[in-house]
Amino acid sequence: MTTGIHLDRLVKTFRTPQGPVHAVRGVDVSIRPGETVALLGPNGAGKSTTIDMLLGLLEPDEGAVHVFGGPPQDAVAAGRIGAMLQTGMLLHGLVVRELIAMTASLYPSPLSVEEVVDLCGLEQVADQRSEKLSGGQAQRVRFAVALVGNPELLVLDEPTVALDVEGRHAFWATMRRFAARGATIVFATHYLEEADAFADRAVLMAHGRVVADGPTTEIKARVGGRTIRATLAGADRDALSTLPGVANVEVRGEAVVLRCSDSDAAVRALLDRHPEARDIEIAGAGLEEAFLELTTAPDGGAATAAEATA
Amino acid sequence: MTGLTYTAFELRRTFRNRRFLFLSFGFPLVLYVLIVGPQRGETDLQHTGLSAALYFMVSMASWGTMVAMLSLGARIAGERQSGWNRQLRITPLSPRAYLRAKVVTAYALALTSMTLLFAAGIAYGVRLPAREWFEMVGLIVVALIPFAALGVALGHLMTVDTIGPIMGGGTAILAFVSGTWFPLGDSGFLHDLAQGLPSYWLVQANRVALGGGGWSVTGWAVVLAWAAVLAVAAVYAFRRDTARG
Repeated sequence: MTTGIHLDRLVKTFRTPQGPVHAVRGVDVSIRPGETVALLGPNGAGKSTTIDMLLGLLEPDEGAVHVFGGPPQDAVAAGRIGAMLQTGMLLHGLVVRELIAMTASLYPSPLSVEEVVDLCGLEQVADQRSEKLSGGQAQRVRFAVALVGNPELLVLDEPTVALDVEGRHAFWATMRRFAARGATIVFATHYLEEADAFADRAVLMAHGRVVADGPTTEIKARVGGRTIRATLAGADRDALSTLPGVANVEVRGEAVVLRCSDSDAAVRALLDRHPEARDIEIAGAGLEEAFLELTTAPDGGAATAAEATA
Repeated sequence: MTGLTYTAFELRRTFRNRRFLFLSFGFPLVLYVLIVGPQRGETDLQHTGLSAALYFMVSMASWGTMVAMLSLGARIAGERQSGWNRQLRITPLSPRAYLRAKVVTAYALALTSMTLLFAAGIAYGVRLPAREWFEMVGLIVVALIPFAALGVALGHLMTVDTIGPIMGGGTAILAFVSGTWFPLGDSGFLHDLAQGLPSYWLVQANRVALGGGGWSVTGWAVVLAWAAVLAVAAVYAFRRDTARG
């Protein structure tokens, strides 16, 4: 328990005039030092609430948060955490370089301001006032502010939400360079491709619970195997569905789509019985499909999935 | 002292905001000139024993410094609304260092405003021994403590939308009942009411020029009592606002 991050059965309910909102209902996640973890889920899944509790901005109703062996407030006070929150404008009246320097001054062993300006691609705007920046530039400055303290844990709540495609690529390129220093990184996103491309591990959340937790490859595998596409003249739907490892068959003219529980067995049998089949493609289910399947399950289903993962 | 660099940047960005400075410092100066100009020869203003130039120099300084202190509240409310405060709360900056930076900045604004008015007063012929200038400044600095606390409290209780009217209206009323625009005389309802306000004693710092200690025992008691009460309110407001719900 003294290293890494432990979210221990977190529960958080908000009282609203419309009745209680169960934002987080039993989140249990442990993160090893140096790991990059994506917190993935649709809006309202409880990602931001979980992150606020991880940062000590919000006290859980039940459960506990341990960051590097203590409460998150201690890690924050020691300058071991850097974070980029979802909402949050920049302080006005300072130029970008000053804003970064001011933040750096609060940390015991910050990165050099020039290094961060360079790392975040802010050379062009370093002498501009923070209130004059475009959305994408401001986002990069917010990122610079989060990492200038040289934190051991970097937490990012939907870091690319205001960025265009190019900005997103640049952002993740910067992140890779920072991650190479060995920091632990936790980021929330609803872009599946970001989790897939950048995280070692994805924690899928829905309805305030963890519905899946593992390497992104494993999560994709969880929702049932692969799809075989092939061109086959005179394909017979019924015959194809008797092939071993095939769960479902679609035939459109000569195009055949086989959804498989065991694509290896299915492709061997397919070629054995239909050697004339051509243009064969085998694809893994996208994280997108995994995501939809796991997060749109009703409440009961989500609970079962959570138990299955636990 | 932690947060020293933070305080320096806070000062820098405040004194860089020209429009804000112009409004904060300009209004009391312009009013001073408008009020004192026509009666610059008055040496015993409504039997106070004080010249018009001296009386209004200090009363305008009291108003200017009060507004400068309370502008702290508007700035805090703005940073809360923009989310910058949440960002600060996940840095190692302690609440104490944060509040210290805010109060130091507010005092810097207040003392600049005061200095400008004193310069205007000297231009209108105010002459005091050095000891009395220092005593007056000392009393003003003490009398501003309750307003520093009030600024912090309002900044953490109000929103950006509500704090403007509250401060504009509040400071105008306080200035009115505290003898900023005209001396209140030695008796009457307004006089009695004003005796209980810290802003009245801010204005009364000019009593130094009559010899004696400046404030009566009542004055000290009122200012310190308000300072204590508002400091508790400020801590409460700050804690409530940053409570991890």
